[in-house]
Amino acid sequence: MNASPPLLDVSNLTIRFGGLLAVDAVSFRADDRAITAIIGPNGAGKTTVFNCLTGFYRPSSGALALRHGGQSFALEAMPDHRIAAEARLARTFQNIRLFPQMTVLENLILAQHRTLMRASGYTILALVGLGGYARAERAAVERARFWLDRVGLLAHADDEAASLAYGDQRRLEIARAMCTDPVLLCLDEPAAGLNARETGALSALLGEIRDDHGVAILLIEHDMALVMAISDRIVVLEYGRKIADGPPSAVRADPAVIAAYLGTGDSDGMAAV
Amino acid sequence: MEYFLQQLINGITLGAIYGLIAIGYTMVYGIIGMINFAHGEIYMIGAFIALGTILAIGPVGAGAVVLAILLALLVAMMLTATYGWMLERVAYRPLRGAPRLAALISAIGMSILLQNYVQLTQGARVKTLQPLVAGGFTLMEHDGFEVSLSYMQILIVVATIALMTIFTLVITRTALGRAQRACEQDSTMAALVGINVDRTIALTFVMGAALAAVAGLMVTLYYGVIDFFIGFVAGIKAFTAAVFGGIGSIPGAILGGLLIGLIEAFWSGYFSIEYKDVAAFSILVLVLLFRPTGLLGRPEVEKV
Amino acid sequence: MARPLSAPAGTLRREVSDALVFALIATALALPFIGIYTVPATAGLRLATRLPDLVAIAGLAFVGRLGLGLARGPWAAGAAVLGLAVAAIGWVGLLPSREVAVFAIAAGLVVLIRGAMRAARGSAEPGAGRRTGADALADGAARLLPYLGPVLFVVALVLPFLPFVDRRLLDLAILVLTYVMLGWGLNIVVGLAGLLDLGYVAFYAVGAYSFALLALHFDWGFWACLPLAGLFAALFGILLGFPVLRLRGDYLAIVTLGFGEMIRIVLVNWTSLTNGPNGISGIPRPSFFGLEFTREPQPGTQSFHQFFGLEFSTLHRVIFLYYLILVLALVTNFFTLRIRRLPLGRAWEALREDEIACRAIGINPTNTKLAAFAIGAMFGGFAGTFFAARQTFVSPESFTFIESAIILAIVVLGGMGSQLGVVLAALLLIGIPEWFRELQDYRMIAFGAAMVAVMIWRPRGLLAVREPTIRLGRRRRGAPS
Repeated sequence: MNASPPLLDVSNLTIRFGGLLAVDAVSFRADDRAITAIIGPNGAGKTTVFNCLTGFYRPSSGALALRHGGQSFALEAMPDHRIAAEARLARTFQNIRLFPQMTVLENLILAQHRTLMRASGYTILALVGLGGYARAERAAVERARFWLDRVGLLAHADDEAASLAYGDQRRLEIARAMCTDPVLLCLDEPAAGLNARETGALSALLGEIRDDHGVAILLIEHDMALVMAISDRIVVLEYGRKIADGPPSAVRADPAVIAAYLGTGDSDGMAAV
Repeated sequence: MEYFLQQLINGITLGAIYGLIAIGYTMVYGIIGMINFAHGEIYMIGAFIALGTILAIGPVGAGAVVLAILLALLVAMMLTATYGWMLERVAYRPLRGAPRLAALISAIGMSILLQNYVQLTQGARVKTLQPLVAGGFTLMEHDGFEVSLSYMQILIVVATIALMTIFTLVITRTALGRAQRACEQDSTMAALVGINVDRTIALTFVMGAALAAVAGLMVTLYYGVIDFFIGFVAGIKAFTAAVFGGIGSIPGAILGGLLIGLIEAFWSGYFSIEYKDVAAFSILVLVLLFRPTGLLGRPEVEKV
Repeated sequence: MARPLSAPAGTLRREVSDALVFALIATALALPFIGIYTVPATAGLRLATRLPDLVAIAGLAFVGRLGLGLARGPWAAGAAVLGLAVAAIGWVGLLPSREVAVFAIAAGLVVLIRGAMRAARGSAEPGAGRRTGADALADGAARLLPYLGPVLFVVALVLPFLPFVDRRLLDLAILVLTYVMLGWGLNIVVGLAGLLDLGYVAFYAVGAYSFALLALHFDWGFWACLPLAGLFAALFGILLGFPVLRLRGDYLAIVTLGFGEMIRIVLVNWTSLTNGPNGISGIPRPSFFGLEFTREPQPGTQSFHQFFGLEFSTLHRVIFLYYLILVLALVTNFFTLRIRRLPLGRAWEALREDEIACRAIGINPTNTKLAAFAIGAMFGGFAGTFFAARQTFVSPESFTFIESAIILAIVVLGGMGSQLGVVLAALLLIGIPEWFRELQDYRMIAFGAAMVAVMIWRPRGLLAVREPTIRLGRRRRGAPS
């Protein structure tokens, strides 16, 4: 389907917890400037795949390659913070992990830590007022301001992150991930707990991130309407195995997928679409 | 060989005492996820109460010794348990739900308070007690070096095994044990299904304190030397033992205690007695680095 | 079991039975320690009793708890009278010992005040009395807060020249400032980075012994040793920190505690280097730009009073030491205030909030923690150098676990991360107890009790307001804290 090497290439990813086989030889790819969704019933191993990609778990076997700018990163061998900083893969969490006592703006400035750290001469220069730290910080604030504006949180910039409403916290987490300047954004159930209007805004935001900023998105989501509407490609997992992979139209018609969803009686699953 | 055997016996005895204290750490850590920082002080208080009771009973004949020890055990366990209850009530319960550091500081405060309270009321001088249980077996003799196993050492090891068995049974077989395990896993959920979380936690402190009192009595009888400061170092070592064995596991606490006791005995016997505490601390560091879940602990998967 | 005092008042009978239970528990607690004690006898020990004290404690517990219980209900006025009576009995000396009398007076006054407040308010919200009082106090303090920092700063600047300040107070101020500096140093590790360090005293010791040994063996002065001692302490911080920093929370606490004790044990036992428990004496005092504070300077040099044409006074040296520690402490403070606004400082705070989120945005947790550990250690080393220079003597006794606990208590009591909170907590925990030297024996008991009480009263510390490190809006309020 695509001749050029994909942005993310997952091959034969297997994860065992003790005796439990959580993910079993899953292979899939995510293309540049595309939204790839991973769906499946609860417990299918979606978040576990994410945790491997972002370095929180070590895969038992398999290869995870992220290629961009002429470089290739073997994610399975990198510590998590370097995956974020060097391989430029950013993520959000299923149960939102902000820095709750810090302000919204501080959350976004922190996402630009690596750049700012370098600009501050690893603290030493900035401590005595040398180097271009002030300029770098202003640039960081500008980037933060851009994303705050984009997710509609500009008015809350100086509020504690914990004081935001739930939907706002979700969007702030996406803004924070975008401030790390990623090439691949991994979102773990970004629409969970959002109302219809908020989901609509999220859909527009994700489209914009892909089209205007050229950032690929890997998405775990249960909201099938959202997934079908915005995904370029869908990977379906069940019990740690891949059961389908392809464009939305093909996946929607796949009998194995329908069986998987109807079998679980998942109310927001395929049957509802 | 003889020397080795003697150190082995001494180490096991010492380790049994550490193990008894370690159970208190392991149970409290299991249920509230915090180090009971004042637990060492509770043990020290147990030792003083045991000393007081033995002195109150007065000199007894050989036949009544067992009775006297049982009485001292009972009194020490009950009164020390009251201290354990008070500790939880004053320093931990008001801070449930507060930042973890707050509870840690209040426990350190309590530890300082108790230490100085005992120093003030009982004096700073070392208390010595004539051995109540004398004698023992001579296991072997070689070149004038005797390997002996005293009755007291037998008593300590037997008591430890008995108590470990009883407490393991309590935790695995009784309603209290079920309530404890429920609170360990999820205290909110436990409360929802009708478990009195406050009382379960209080009882955990009480049980830990009662065992520390046993350790206190044993130390008083075995070494016959106590002062207000013994809780600090013994506390750290017992905590090390609890971590070593795998925090949350009662057999682990005993196993950890035995290993710490043996290491300390052999280290003092063969290397240097001055640095025996350094040996214990180094083990703590090594264990935490290479096997943070301890020998018998369950591995925990970081939830993201 | 006794009910919590926050519950509304029950019937009179209920209160009496509650008080009885409470008194019973108090008696059980007091019996083995207050009721009996051991005295040396011909063969070993014998028991002696303090029965009157025990009875008095039991009675006090009953009356005190009853009074507190009644003070919540319609019998508040009666409770106030009861409290007054108890205090009066304590005052006129009807009780068996001074300690019990003091206890009785304090308990009586508490009951009196609460009963009187409740009675005066009539039928206001039950059980709300104490919380409102504490909150009002906190609110008032919060309003004054922005001025407190500058005021304390000015007072600290002119302190040695205030008319009522004598040698004793100045010595006390130096002691308090030493703890303020240690608190500020540890605040970087605990308050900002959220790393629970119970062995901070190790770095204090490394600083002190570095200076002592360098001075002893190479005859180096204070100013040459100060940066070196800080560097050594920082190196130690990295050395100790590297293996243990991935441990979490309480585990880190206990390991750092172990390290602190290990350093002390080495200091005691490595006699050839440290002179063991006897310590090292004859450490040189710091000079003022090369001017010594001696009456008779070495031939060919001038001393401070000669250079400035002053009458010789030992007070000069004390005042100099005071300003020295003030400057060292303020350097620590300004450093922290500055670094909080830099990426590293922000990363510390983020690490305290959520380490996993930090990793997800590319912050290297190990390096960030190591930096906090090393920098905190460095300031501990500086403080240790000052300590050695001031005492001219160091021994392992000064570096016990209790010191670490005190410094940590200052940080947590002050309010994690709050610079001003450290000052207040140091004044509260060091200044006040030191000033009441007569109560020597009771100092540590009161200290422990204060730690428990403050934590229960304010679990987040005295000043727990966090000032953002950067703002988009223009509004800025308050002084740096």
